[in-house]
This record gives sequence, C-alpha cells and structure tokens, in this order.
Amino acid sequence: MHELLLAGFGGQGVMLMGKILAYAGMKEEKQVMFIPSYGSEMRGGTANCSVILSEEEIDAPVVSKPTVLVAMNTPSFDKFESSVKENGIIILNSSLITKETTRENVKIVKVPASDIAKGLGNERIINMVLLGTLIAVTNCVKVGSIMASLKEILPPHRHNLLPLNQKAIEDAMSLVK
Amino acid sequence: MDKVSSFPKTLVDVPMHYCPGCTHGIIHRLVAEVIEEMEIAFKTVGIASVGCSCFCYDYFNFDVVASAHGRAPATATGVKRVHPECLVFTYQGDGDLAAIGTAEIIHAAVRGEKISVIFVNNGIYGMTGGQMAPTTLPEMKATTSPYGRSTALTGYPIKMTEMLALQDGCVYAERTKISSVATINKTKKAIRKSFELQIAGKGFSVVEILSTCPTNWGMEPLESIKWMEENLETYYPVGLIKDEKEVK
Amino acid sequence: MTTKVLMKGSEAIAEAAILSGCRYFFGYPITPQNEIPEYLAKHLPKVGGTFLQAESEISAIYMVLGGAAAGARVMTSSSSPGISLKQEGISYMAGAETPCVIVNIMRGGPGLGAIQGAQPDYWQATRGGGHGDYRLLVLAPATVQEAVDLTYQAFDLADKYRNPVMILGDGILAQIMEPVELPEANNQLPDKAWAVGKNENRPRNIVSSSYPKVDELEKVSIRLHERYAQIKKNEVRWDSYLTDDAEYVIASYGSAARIAKAAIKMARAEGIKVGLIRPISVWPFPTEPFQNIVPQTKFFLSFEMCTGQMIDDVRLAIGNERPVYHYGRLGGVIPLPEELLAKIKELVKEAK
Repeated sequence: MHELLLAGFGGQGVMLMGKILAYAGMKEEKQVMFIPSYGSEMRGGTANCSVILSEEEIDAPVVSKPTVLVAMNTPSFDKFESSVKENGIIILNSSLITKETTRENVKIVKVPASDIAKGLGNERIINMVLLGTLIAVTNCVKVGSIMASLKEILPPHRHNLLPLNQKAIEDAMSLVK
Repeated sequence: MDKVSSFPKTLVDVPMHYCPGCTHGIIHRLVAEVIEEMEIAFKTVGIASVGCSCFCYDYFNFDVVASAHGRAPATATGVKRVHPECLVFTYQGDGDLAAIGTAEIIHAAVRGEKISVIFVNNGIYGMTGGQMAPTTLPEMKATTSPYGRSTALTGYPIKMTEMLALQDGCVYAERTKISSVATINKTKKAIRKSFELQIAGKGFSVVEILSTCPTNWGMEPLESIKWMEENLETYYPVGLIKDEKEVK
Repeated sequence: MTTKVLMKGSEAIAEAAILSGCRYFFGYPITPQNEIPEYLAKHLPKVGGTFLQAESEISAIYMVLGGAAAGARVMTSSSSPGISLKQEGISYMAGAETPCVIVNIMRGGPGLGAIQGAQPDYWQATRGGGHGDYRLLVLAPATVQEAVDLTYQAFDLADKYRNPVMILGDGILAQIMEPVELPEANNQLPDKAWAVGKNENRPRNIVSSSYPKVDELEKVSIRLHERYAQIKKNEVRWDSYLTDDAEYVIASYGSAARIAKAAIKMARAEGIKVGLIRPISVWPFPTEPFQNIVPQTKFFLSFEMCTGQMIDDVRLAIGNERPVYHYGRLGGVIPLPEELLAKIKELVKEAK
C-alpha cells in the first residue's frame, strides 16, 4: 500500500498531482482514495493532499504516516518530515529546499524540480517533474496510466500541454534510473 | 330574470371564523371571484401563511399549501418553480409579511418571482391576540404596547409595499383599502391586475389592502373603518405605488 | 462493465440526486458542503432542472416544502449551523407529509464551531431535530460509493413514506475522492395524487401541517407514528466487520467507522478479537445486531467524532447487559486508528 503525502504552496499544482495519481491508480483497478487537506488548512501557507493506492480495500480516510512525502518547498518539508513512516521516502525539490534531513531511517531523493521545469520552459510543470520522480522511485503507477489520466483530467483546450507534461515526467524518470 | 351575482364556485360554502367586521371575508371573496372570472381555478395554488388567515384553505376551493409564519413567499417560490403554468399567490397579514417574513418577501421581489402577494395590513397581530406589529402606528395601543407604541423604544411603522416596489423584480405594487363598495371594487381590480400580470409571465406583484381589526382595536366595525381611513391611511396612503409601465 | 469515475463525496451525492430524478435544489452556501450546490448549479440546468440559491437556509427549506408539495423530487443540503436553521421547515415538512432529501455534512460545533468534519449532530438528526413528535429516516454513508447508493435510494424512500429523508455525512466524506459506479438514471417517478398543481379532474388538494382540532391532530400523530413503525420494520440498515468471534464490539458510523475498521485490523494483528457494527440507518437504529451479539461480547465501545451521542442508542439496545464506553475526538480533529487502538487495548486490559 502506498500512502502518499504531497505538499507545497498554492499554485505548485499539488492537488492536480494528487488527482492524477488517484485517477491513474483507478485505471489500474487499484483501490484509491484522494484526500485533500481538510477545511481551513486549504487557506494560506502550505497546500497538501494525500493519495492512497492499494490492492486491498481502503479503510481510514486519513494519512498520518505517509510512506512517501513529496515536499515542494521548505515549509512543507519542515511540517511533514517527521511524519514519514520508518523506511519511507522523502522526495524533495532541491531547487528550493537546501536543508538536510534529520531523519536517519528514511530514503531521501533530491530533485532540482524547479530548475528542471524552468529548463523545459515552464515553471508550472514542477508537479509533473516530481510526479515522474515519484513513479520512478515507487513504481506506484505506470507512466502510461498517468498520461491517459492527464488526457482525461485536463480540459481539451489544455491538451496542447500534454507533450510538455510527458517530457517533464519522462525526463525526471530518466534522472532516477 | 337574469342572474347578476352568485356564490363563487371558488369558495367553499361554509361559515367563516372571522370576527364581525373583519374584512378578511370580503378579501377572500374578491380573490375567489377574480379566479372564477379568469377561469383559472384549475391551475391556482394558494399559499396560506400564519395569522388570522391561516385557515383560508378551509374557504378557498382550490389547491392550497400552508406555510409557516413569514415563509409563504419561499413556499410559493418552490411551487411556482415546479409549476410555472400555475397561478401562485400568497395571502399574508402584516405580522407575517412585515416582521418575521421580511427576508422572504423582499427576496421574492428581488428575484422577480412570478407570484402575486395579497398583503392584508391592519396594523396589529390579530390571531395571537392584538400584539404590536411592525406596522402599528405611533402611540397606537396594543397588548404589547399597552401605553401606545413608543417610537423611542420600537421605532416607526414599516412601509413594506414601498420597499418592495423599489426592487427591479417587482412589476406592480398598489395599496388599496376595504371601506366601501367603491374601494372594494378598486381592490378587486388591483387583485385582477396582479393575477393577469402573473399569467402573462411578467414578475412579482403585490396588492396591499388596508384592513380593520375591530376586535383587537376595541371598536365597533363601522367605527373601525372610520379609524382606519383617518389613521392607518394617513401613514399608508392608498393608490398605485408602482405600475407595470414603469418596468422596462 | 460499468465504468468507474473518480468523484468527490459531495459531488457524488449531487450526481446521485440527479440520477434519482431530483430536478429542484434550493440551498444556501456553507462550508464544507459547497460542492453540492455548486455541482447542481452547473448540472441541473442541463437536465431541465432548477437550482436556486435562497437568501437563507430558512427560505431554502420552505422552497423545498413548496417544491415537494408541488410533487417534485427536491433536495437541499447544508452543514450543521445551517441545518439548525432549517429545523422549523423540516418539522413542517414532516407534519405536512411532504417527501424531500436533506443532506447534512456535519462540522464541529456548537455555535459557529469549525468547518472540519465531525459528527456532533447525531441527536438532532435521529430525534427529529425540530419541534414536535416526528422522525426523519436518516442514512449515514461511510464511503463515496455508499453516498451515491444511499442518496439515490433516499428519494424513493422519501416518496414511499411521504417523509423527509436525511443523508448524514461529514466533512471527510464530502471532501475525499473515491472511484464510484453510478446507477442508471431513474425515469419512472411515482405519481403523487396528493400534490398541488393543475387540478382539472380531481378535488382540491391541501398540503398542510396545521390541524387546529386536537382530536384530528391526535389522529395525524398516530398515523405518523404508525408510519415510523413501518420504517423501523422495513428500513433498518447496518453492516458488520469481524463480529463472528468478536469479544469486543465497536459501534461506529460514517467516516469514523472506516477509522474503526483500520484500528480493528491493527488490533486483530495483535490477537485482540474486536469487531465492528456499523449502523447505516442511524434512524431507524439497528438494535437487533447489538442485542444478538451481547452473549459473546465483553464490552461495547461507541466510537464517534463527538462526545458520545450514538452511545445512548447502543445502551438502549443492550440495556445494562454490558459496559458501553465511548471514544472520540472533538471539534473536527480526526481521530487516528492508532489512538483508537490504544483505547481498545486499555479497555481490554481493564476488562481482564
């Protein structure tokens, strides 16, 4: 079971990233749940959501100890670093997060996601870069399911962005391998 | 010999519970006659409110939904949205419409809800036993203003129909009174105009009818009519407040 | 094969209402249920329906009364403080025997409280809620799929019993997204000979909750009471989990029941024989499963996101036969399975 916690600031595409993962999981006939941060946590500061991908029925609609944390900025890293499950993974956007982890029992994956996105000409696809890293590190869903989901979730007038998104995901995946 | 008048089929032939000298009975009959003359009883839904007229469904011989105190315009909205082809009217007193139901009536007008409002104003709560209403005149005695309405304590009478007429959704607003054959006929004309405008799909309209409450005013019926014209009418002048032609 | 779609709980409720034939929605904004009116504002006009935002919750519920009296399938939704405002109208609708579906997406209270999900309105929902001697049929979904299924059925139940039906959810259920299978659109709505509207070939219809003669009102009250007895007989819904060999039984509904399930799995892994009874209809309350399991059970634990309200119904079901405890978090704090597990272990230790 993957319990993913995705965190950043508003505008980094945290929610979209979560929805794509849940959608892709559903396409693979997994049990999935997308959990937005409840209530007023939505306002200001960090934006975060959780996604559970499982082969079995999902019970609790809450992720308290994520198996993976994707931290897009420093406040998110500070807030959630300690919650990650033992032997879990923290994927961090090293373009913005310069501090080192204090955890000893987690795997750290550093990705200069903002810089990669900038290099691809669109800073807003930072979420796709990190999505690529996430699926390369965890194998939680297949890249094909992600692309199929993106096509369904994005409105048709945004479909011109699909190749760029795909490139961001694939570039990030190749960096991990 | 030709028959010139008969009991309208739109009224149930039972004795009414209203006090002697109360004008609800006359207004009920006017509403019923207009509906009969327009031949629309088969598609009329009345909305009863709370107050002396809350049992109007015992007398109106067509469909009625009974709402709560002040909520008739909201209930009328629900009925009218489901059955736009029906004539939907509320029948409300001043305690109901001008106090607890202020929000509902204003917003029905704001929305231009295609309903007709029969607003009977006698400046007092009748059914509950003569308490002060928002429409009660300054210095007028009621059971909850036993020394006369103090404007320092409770403010001034509310002019609802003028306020409703200000709303763009309101296409017609008129104030009439029940005091003589002439004013009864004028009231009937106003009710008919309101119903016709609704059938034509125009919008919200209200007919305010100055009425009497001999029981709670503590007067004889004829005396109360005189008092109404000399007092209530000076604060609430009768006449056309907003005409359909003003509406663009 | 039916395809699954990923939907938010609140939007799934709204879509299920449309599929069930609901064409009128009257409401007023309040968090955390705004996605219900927003979804319907977008989608009802596409199927010839009407979404109308009222000036208040009070006005909204009386629009529902009007729409229901006119024979339509009507819904409103709100969250705790807004549901309090609607109570007058809900009582009138119960008294006037008008069907409708009311969704309460509960949040922390009392007063303005907080907008996070909680379960503090159990008493209000299951005891009628407003003035007078009446009941609502109250269904409490735990998953988005169940929210779809129960909302879809709620309109049929409301029409069948001519009574308001409440969907009792919480901010968690409303906000999560899960895959759902949507039912077929219902195109066969029941005739309502009692409703107002065009009346060419029938006597007049009066829809009212006013019965000034006491003997008449007593008769109406008895009729309503008999109908509630029918609902109790026919509409009790519940689910259970690992109760066959359970020595300890958790009572929990809605989102809390899912947290309970996770805690039960953890406890079972440690060899503690604990199970779950989950009321799906919280009124009528499933008393039988609780009564039947008494002989094998050492204690009951009512797990609710409030200070303990359903615990009363568990006690009413089993009497003084066994101890009944409560655990929950308040104000919108979501209890974690680990916390419940700790409580279970503590109680098991005391019971030994």
